[in-house]
Amino acid sequence: MISPRGLGGRGGLAVLLALVVVTGATAAPSGPPVRIGGTLALTGPLAPTALLHKIAGEIYVDELNKANGLLGRPVEWVLLDDQSKPDVTRSLYEKLITVDKVDLLMGPYATSGILAAMGVAQRYQKMLPHHSYGMPHLAKYEMHFPTAAFGPEPNVTVPARIYDALAATSNPPKSVAIVTSKFPSAQFQSNGAREVAEKRGLKVALYLEYEFGTRDFGAIAARIKDARPDFLWVGALGLDGNQVIEAMKKLDYMPPRQFHLFPAPGPLALAPDGKLALSHTFFEAHPPMLSNTGAARLVPLFHDRAAKAGVPYVNVDTQAAGSFAAWQVLEAAITATKSLDDKAMAQWLKKNPVDTILGRLRFDGSNNYGDDLSKLKQVQDGKWVVVWPREFAAPGARLLPP
Amino acid sequence: MPSLTLLGQAVVSGLLAGGIYGLLALGLSLSWGLLRLVNLAHFALALLGAYLTYQLGTAWLVPPWLATLLIVPAFFALGLGLHAVFAYFRVTEFTSLLVTFGVAVILESAIQWFWTADYRRYETAYATASLRVGPFFVPTLELLAGLTAAALALVTWAWLRFTYIGKALRACAEDPAMAVAFGVNRRAQAFLLSGVSAAYAGVAGGFIALIATLAPAQIWAWVGVVFAVVIIGGLANPLGALLAGLLIGVSESVTMAVVTPAWAPLVSFSVLILILVLRPDRM
Repeated sequence: MISPRGLGGRGGLAVLLALVVVTGATAAPSGPPVRIGGTLALTGPLAPTALLHKIAGEIYVDELNKANGLLGRPVEWVLLDDQSKPDVTRSLYEKLITVDKVDLLMGPYATSGILAAMGVAQRYQKMLPHHSYGMPHLAKYEMHFPTAAFGPEPNVTVPARIYDALAATSNPPKSVAIVTSKFPSAQFQSNGAREVAEKRGLKVALYLEYEFGTRDFGAIAARIKDARPDFLWVGALGLDGNQVIEAMKKLDYMPPRQFHLFPAPGPLALAPDGKLALSHTFFEAHPPMLSNTGAARLVPLFHDRAAKAGVPYVNVDTQAAGSFAAWQVLEAAITATKSLDDKAMAQWLKKNPVDTILGRLRFDGSNNYGDDLSKLKQVQDGKWVVVWPREFAAPGARLLPP
Repeated sequence: MPSLTLLGQAVVSGLLAGGIYGLLALGLSLSWGLLRLVNLAHFALALLGAYLTYQLGTAWLVPPWLATLLIVPAFFALGLGLHAVFAYFRVTEFTSLLVTFGVAVILESAIQWFWTADYRRYETAYATASLRVGPFFVPTLELLAGLTAAALALVTWAWLRFTYIGKALRACAEDPAMAVAFGVNRRAQAFLLSGVSAAYAGVAGGFIALIATLAPAQIWAWVGVVFAVVIIGGLANPLGALLAGLLIGVSESVTMAVVTPAWAPLVSFSVLILILVLRPDRM
C-alpha cells in the first residue's frame, strides 16, 4: 500500500496530484469527525422496521463522507441499540451526551422511544431531529424537529384524509370497525379515527384495543367478522396487520376494505391476502415523489443495500424516506448556520422550510409541526402505490375498489 | 352481548392457541420439574427450530414434516450439548435462570445475524386453510399443532409413569441420593431428558414456522404465558401442561371476545395467582 508520506518529495506530490486528476477525486472531508449520536431498535419487536431506518441513515452518512462531510469534516454516526425499550433509549441518549460526548443527536425509531429521547435532549438543550413520531400534542420541546409530517393533529387529519379518499369512490363505506394496538401513536390516531367517523355519520360497528405484542388474533378476527363492517381500520404496528388478515382468512372472512396504520411494509405488500390493502404513507418510490429532493439518490442505493442486508421488500417507503429526511433536515441546518450549535440550528429551522425527500417540511407551527403530508397508499400488484390525494398518485394508479 | 357463534368460535380459537402453549410448555415443564433447570433457552430453541424449518423450506424446498424429522434429532443432540455445559458449570435451579437467559440472548443474536431482524414468513398453500364444523372454523395447522401437543403430552406422561426410565427420572427429581443408591444413573437420565426437552422445542418450532411470522424478538413473546402454563399445570406434569395451556388459551380468547382484547394478557396471570392462592403446593 502506498501512503502519501512514502511517496516523498516533489515527485511524490506530482504523482499524488496526477492521481487526484485521473480519479476525479474531490476534496475529502478532513479533521476530527462530527459525531452524531442516536439509537435505533436494532433488537426487540421494533427491530424489523428500525432496520430500514438504519440502512437509510448509513446511506446518508456514507454519501456525506463521499462528498465534503459536514463543514468539511467527516461524519461519524454513533449508533446504539435501544432494544425497542424506551427506558433503555433514555439511558443511551444520556450516555451519548455525557459519556460519548457526541456533537449532535439523531432521533430513535418510533413514538415511545422518541418521547424518551426528547426528555434527555431537553435536559441538555440538544436539538433532536427525528423521523417516526406520531403524537405531536405531547412533543412540547422547542428544539425537536419531526419529519413524520403528520401535522399538529394527526388524530383528526389522518383519518379525515382516509375517509375522504373512500368517500370519493363509487361505493363509500357506511360502517367501520376499528381494532388497534395500544402502542401510543397507533392508539391515539385510531381513537381519532373513531371520533372522525362518528362525526361524519359513519357507523362504528366495533372498536377494540389490544396490547402491543398480542400473539393470537383469532378472537379479534371473530369479532370483526361478527361486526361485518364495510371498512376495517387496523391500528397496526409491524406485523399486526398480517396477523389480523391471516386470522380473518382462517374464518373464511375478509372485509370489503381494510386500512393498516403503521404496517411492516414488505410483509403486508407481499402477503397473498394483502392485495388492495390500504395504508398511510408520506413517500413511495414512484413519480411524482421521485422528483423530491434526494429521492433519485436514495432509491437505487436503498434497493441495493436492503437486498444485501436480506430485507425482503427493498423499495423505499415512508419509513426509510422519513429517516433520510431527518438527516436532510440536520444537514440543511448545519450548512445554513455553518455551525454545530444546537440553538442556532434550531432557530434557523423554526424560520426556514427544508426541501426533503418527503417534500417541503416546515417547523413553524404548533409544537414545531407544519402541514400534514399524509397520503393513502394501496397494495397493487405486490407493490405499494399512492392512490390519494390524486396529485400524488402513481402514474395511472387510482384507489381500486374491492 | 356476544352471539353464540362468536363465543363458540372464541372457544375454538382459544383451544387451538392453548395447544401451542401446551406444546411449548412441555419441554420447559420437564426440565424444570425433573432437572431443576429453569430453561429460558427453551424459547430460543423453539424459535431457532422455526427459523431452520423456514430456511429448509424456502431455500431447499424441504417440506415442513421432513424438516421437523431432521430438526428433532439435531435438537436432541443440541440438548445433550447444552446439558454438558450446565453439568460442567454445576448450574443450579436459581443460576439456571441467568445462564439460560444468556444462552437465549446469544441464540437471538445469532438468529438476527443470520436472518436479520426483518420479518420472515414461510408461505404455504395451507397456511390459512380451515375445516368447517357447523358454524365454526377450525384452522388446520393449529389443529395439527394441538393434536401433536396432545399426543406428545400423552406419550410423555405414559413414559414417565410406566417405564423404568420414567420412574428413575421421577425418583431422581424427588430424592436424588436415594435414587442413585438404588442404582439409577442420574447423569445419563439428565442428559436424556435434556435432549428430549430440546427435541420438543424443535417440534414446537416447526409449527411456529408455519403458523407465525418470524422475527428474532419473538423468543420472548411466549415467555410469560408459557411460564404461567407450566406452573398452573404442575412441574413435570405433561398432561397438566397441556390442560393448563388449553385453560389459558380459552380464558384469553373468551376475554377477547366478550370483554376486550386488551384484558387478555391479564387473564393468564390472574388464573395463575388464583391457582397459587388455592393450591400453593403448585410451586
